[in-house]
Amino acid sequence: MNSPLSPVVSEAAFAVTLVLLILAPLAIAGVALINAGLGRSRSAAQALLGNVAIFAVAAIVFVLVGATFTGLSDGPSHLFHLAGKSWNWLGEGSFFLAGFSTASPQSQLALLYEFLAVALAALIPWGSGADRLRLAAGCAVAAVLAALVFPLFAHWVWAGGWLAQLGTNFGLGSGFLDPGGAATVHVLGGLSAVAVVWVTGSRRGKFPKEGFSTAMPGHNAAYILFGCLIALVGWLAFNLAGQLLWLHAPLTALPLTAINTVLAASGALAATFTVTRIRFGKPDASLCANGWLAGLVASSASAALVSPLPALFIGVVAGVITPLLVELLELAVSIDDPSGAISAHAVSGLWGLAAAGIFAGASGQFLAQLIGIAASLGLILPLVYLLFWLLNRAVPFRVDADGERIGMDLHELGGGAYPEFVIHRDESYR
Amino acid sequence: MKYAGLLVMPAGFFLCVAALVLFPAPASRTAFVFCGLAVEALGLVVAVRGHIEPRGDAN
Repeated sequence: MNSPLSPVVSEAAFAVTLVLLILAPLAIAGVALINAGLGRSRSAAQALLGNVAIFAVAAIVFVLVGATFTGLSDGPSHLFHLAGKSWNWLGEGSFFLAGFSTASPQSQLALLYEFLAVALAALIPWGSGADRLRLAAGCAVAAVLAALVFPLFAHWVWAGGWLAQLGTNFGLGSGFLDPGGAATVHVLGGLSAVAVVWVTGSRRGKFPKEGFSTAMPGHNAAYILFGCLIALVGWLAFNLAGQLLWLHAPLTALPLTAINTVLAASGALAATFTVTRIRFGKPDASLCANGWLAGLVASSASAALVSPLPALFIGVVAGVITPLLVELLELAVSIDDPSGAISAHAVSGLWGLAAAGIFAGASGQFLAQLIGIAASLGLILPLVYLLFWLLNRAVPFRVDADGERIGMDLHELGGGAYPEFVIHRDESYR
Repeated sequence: MKYAGLLVMPAGFFLCVAALVLFPAPASRTAFVFCGLAVEALGLVVAVRGHIEPRGDAN
């Protein structure tokens, strides 16, 4: 059992954090629009309903079960002792948020942050399974993430777990730092997307026997790009609230973090715009959206820890990596990821975490970030793959062939998102 | 192969944790952590290669 004390939060900081967290769902709205826009028109209603349903399922399951395992930074937790150190590995909160109203202001805000963050994390694999992942399976994936995987990792990083204590236990800077949720939300969500794509398989006709893979472009570039702008507001809210909650920064530190967030996204967009302009002769709208998102994800790890020039550099690198990796994953290793979540969330998140260690400047910080990266990659990916593989036995992930042919809207909902439009024949079925 | 790769990845993670416990000196600790990450990367490559779908397969 372990009960560290959390710092006292001023009334002004409490109010600012609360307002920011009220704006944070805009990140979820932005990702939902991007997910829907990058899928096909005949699955658009199912995609958007799925986004809302997953939000709801993740919120309910986190309150019922997940918050217990996440625990509070000033609450009790499970420890084991190894090599003379105590390893805090699991929270020991009360079920159903019992006693939440009497918890410290810091703890209440922390739980609210995690409550919203888990919904965003659960939404990421939904986009990767677009056009063939069943609604029930998407909700089941969200439930597993909200009940088990997210709480475990969030406790390690945000609630005084062993990753957060790398600084005090092993002298590694300030311990693993992830103020905006790059690891707990985006890397977790991106690696879950990998597992979902592996378990579900690719869309029919995506990888024909001969020739290149079939292009299946998103159906609505306006959704995608408007989603990017909405997501920016939510990202600013998550990054700034995270800086107040997890780094205990003063309010005067917030403007610089906001500038760094926008700089990272802008640098990433400019880089993706340039890369796709060189690669294809014209800039690609959906890849530019992925680049913007990748910049935001990289900023989640680093915006609160670095100065503006490194923030811009981190964004530019994320923006270069993302379009190239989207292409590589599709062409070289046959990964059908319609939303590009694996590149934009998982890989950019890992890059942001490493870059935060490089540019933060504190001694041992880089090594702490590497340990955190090792934990997310080495434990979380095999864990979610195993859980989803088992889940697929109980709740089949993939829709049947006929359902995929007529579209998820008609198959699962009985009606399309655009009933007045004629849906053209899909040339990918050959 | 796909399962072998996924089993190798936690081994890389435990190497990183072992580095924390076994090596107090920063240089050797960092080197060992990089070795752990390399093992994870190797496992990931094997898992990714194992999951490549045969072309033309209708799922």
